[in-house]
Amino acid sequence: MRLEKCWFCSSTIYPGHGIQYVRNDAKIFRFCRSKCHKNFKMKRNPRKVKWTKAYRRLHAKDMTQDSTFEFERKRNRPERYDRNLAENTLKAIKKIDKVRVDREARHHALRMKGKKAKEQREATKELEQSIHMVKAPAVLQQEPSLTLPKIKVKVAHQQSEENHPMEE
Amino acid sequence: MVQYNFKKITVVPSGKDFIDIILSRTQRQTPTVVHKGYAISRLRQFYMRKVKFTQQNFHEKLSTIIDEFPRLDDIHPFYGDLLHVLYNKDHYKLALSQINTARNLIGKIAKDYVRLLKYGDSLYRCKCLKVAALGRMCTVIKRIGPSLAYLEQIRQHMARLPSIDPNTRTILICGYPNVGKSSFINKITRADVDVQPYAFTTKSLFVGHTDYKYLRYQVIDTPGILDRPFEDRNIIEMCSITALAHLRAAVLFFLDISGSCGYSIAQQAVLFHNIKSLFMNKPLIIVCNKTDLQPFDELSDEDKKLVMEMKDEAMKTVIGQGGEAINDDGVLLTMSTLTEDGVIAVKNAACERLLNQRVELKMKSKKMNDCLNRFHVAIPKPRDQKERLPCIPQAVLEAKAKAATEKEKRKVEKDLENENGGAGVYSANLRKNYILANDEWKEDIMPEIYDGHNVADFIDPDILHRLEELEREEGLRLEQEADDDDFEMDGKELTPEEQEALAEIRKKKSLLVQHHRIKKSTAESRPTIPRKFDKDMKFTSERMGRQLSALGLDPTSAINRAHSRSVSRRGRKRERSLSREDNDGDAMDMDADLPSKKLRMRTRSRSHPPSDVVPGEGFKDSAQKVKAVKLAKKSVKKRNKDARRGEADRVIPTLKPKHLFSGKRSIGKTSRR
Repeated sequence: MRLEKCWFCSSTIYPGHGIQYVRNDAKIFRFCRSKCHKNFKMKRNPRKVKWTKAYRRLHAKDMTQDSTFEFERKRNRPERYDRNLAENTLKAIKKIDKVRVDREARHHALRMKGKKAKEQREATKELEQSIHMVKAPAVLQQEPSLTLPKIKVKVAHQQSEENHPMEE
Repeated sequence: MVQYNFKKITVVPSGKDFIDIILSRTQRQTPTVVHKGYAISRLRQFYMRKVKFTQQNFHEKLSTIIDEFPRLDDIHPFYGDLLHVLYNKDHYKLALSQINTARNLIGKIAKDYVRLLKYGDSLYRCKCLKVAALGRMCTVIKRIGPSLAYLEQIRQHMARLPSIDPNTRTILICGYPNVGKSSFINKITRADVDVQPYAFTTKSLFVGHTDYKYLRYQVIDTPGILDRPFEDRNIIEMCSITALAHLRAAVLFFLDISGSCGYSIAQQAVLFHNIKSLFMNKPLIIVCNKTDLQPFDELSDEDKKLVMEMKDEAMKTVIGQGGEAINDDGVLLTMSTLTEDGVIAVKNAACERLLNQRVELKMKSKKMNDCLNRFHVAIPKPRDQKERLPCIPQAVLEAKAKAATEKEKRKVEKDLENENGGAGVYSANLRKNYILANDEWKEDIMPEIYDGHNVADFIDPDILHRLEELEREEGLRLEQEADDDDFEMDGKELTPEEQEALAEIRKKKSLLVQHHRIKKSTAESRPTIPRKFDKDMKFTSERMGRQLSALGLDPTSAINRAHSRSVSRRGRKRERSLSREDNDGDAMDMDADLPSKKLRMRTRSRSHPPSDVVPGEGFKDSAQKVKAVKLAKKSVKKRNKDARRGEADRVIPTLKPKHLFSGKRSIGKTSRR
């Protein structure tokens, strides 16, 4: 039993899922679901399709090179069984996974780093430029703060007149 | 050699058939159409051709018969004698000669008539000549009819003769009837000869083949021979005599020592002595059969004496050949075909004797010398007197000894399986022969998949080492990160009120965009009316007031100005400023209570005729408006009649109303529904 990678989107194919296509030149294409299969049949290049791992790696959205990737490598010669080795391997897999996930998160954070500052700058600029849409320039002159103006509430005169006779 | 071609002789047709065949062939393969108006030479030619054609065909067919039947003098004497025995040489020759004369006669007839035809003067005369010629030829054939029938019979019988090669290694079996000759041949070859309790079950020669030392031997089974003078023998016996006489073979003389064939040993011995002349120069073996009924050792003395006499005769032939006095086993053998006891020994002995004889003969012939000169077996000359035995290493000897004992001791998987319930119940433990560093690990189950990874991809002897390195790296990096984290800048954050303002700005912007998009998409079908003809009363002073106060300005002055300049005030007197303001305030307050669709302020409300153009509607003049109204009504009329709610209403209340889909018509057909 082996978990394979989908040729199109590079996700793992679990047993019982997907389709394998063998071409006449004996190259095997494995697909995790019909979405990938149909895209392949349409001759789409996974490097150009935004949601695939190939695209993301190519455009540096995801981590490409890392030492954690080197731990997982397809070995064609089976090793003789060794209980200690097996135990260590299983423990190691967990740790390596954790490290890899951490590193990916770091990569993402690094990528997103400048965004907040940029957003803030844009916000301030927009506020400065478009404040006239919510605050009249005359009011702005009086209160130069970039906030919503205070709305004056009107008092009804009719009510005060009616009250007087009642009082008298 | 012709021996196998007896099967290839073409069928000899009977007299009548012969005539039919030839005449029909003549009819088909020569031209058939002739008129008396043709030139005489053409007529003559026509009929001459027919006569000649018929003669040629007869000649051809009779020649094939004569050529294909074997000439008794040209074939192997064994076959010659066999055919003579079976068919009588003289009759055979006579039949063939009759065919020959017939052939010559037909040739002569044809010649004569062709000569006559050359001078035929009319169609009729020529035709008569041709008819006569053909008739005479056919009579000739009719006369030899019996010969043809006889030859056909011979041909059929010859085809069924066994294919005996007179020159190869042959073993001949002979003896009294019912002694067990056919049983013997059944045992050693694949021949399936009839074995029955009555005498003369075998009526002709049968051939079987057997192998010995990678060579093929013919075994010939003969019919039984009785003790009679030569002249009195019948055809069946003569077959076997012929075989004995002509074939160079090893002879197995069968003796029934139990006497169950119906003849005593004495009688059999007499026969033996009578035909021993035929055994000249042939390896002879006396075979005592049916030892299961009468063991050889319990024979009476007289019988034994007779048998010994026969054996002596047989020994003579041995001595005659090679001069070696071999033991009894080469000459006298006992066996029982029923229990198959000694059968193989007999066969081997016979084959061996024959082989030796043939080899000796070949050696003596001149041809062998040529061959022998080409052979040379190299024998290394001994260097010294030291004996050199074959050397087998001790380990191999020990292993051989051990293997012999171990073979019985070892318990096989199959035995295990059978013990534990058989094939369906027991499943072999495939792991028990695993070679691992520690035997406790044999029954371990290792997962192949873990957490979405293949475990086999991670297995590495120095994985621990690498993992340590990795963790170290990670630790370093974390420290670096901690330092970097302090670096992040946080300033320039907006206050909540500013954020509120920003949100408000963005909302307004998106509203504008939406509004614009709607206007853009409906631009083609929407009339562009200037703002002053606002039919839906969107642009009111109240609205303006709200919007201005939202911006933070005081709307009163703007509203006042709007009121003063409004159209409804055009004809008003100038009122006092104070009261105006109050009234304005009152008016505004009172009007604020009314619902949104307020009346125009004291405008003279008039009713308009339908063709009157109201400014906010977008019509050029009343004619246009009238036309528009008409069009609108027209488009709605049909739908209203169909009780449709609108232009998108396509509901059919009953999809299959019964009255349309059933019932007969009073007149006409119901093929259309």
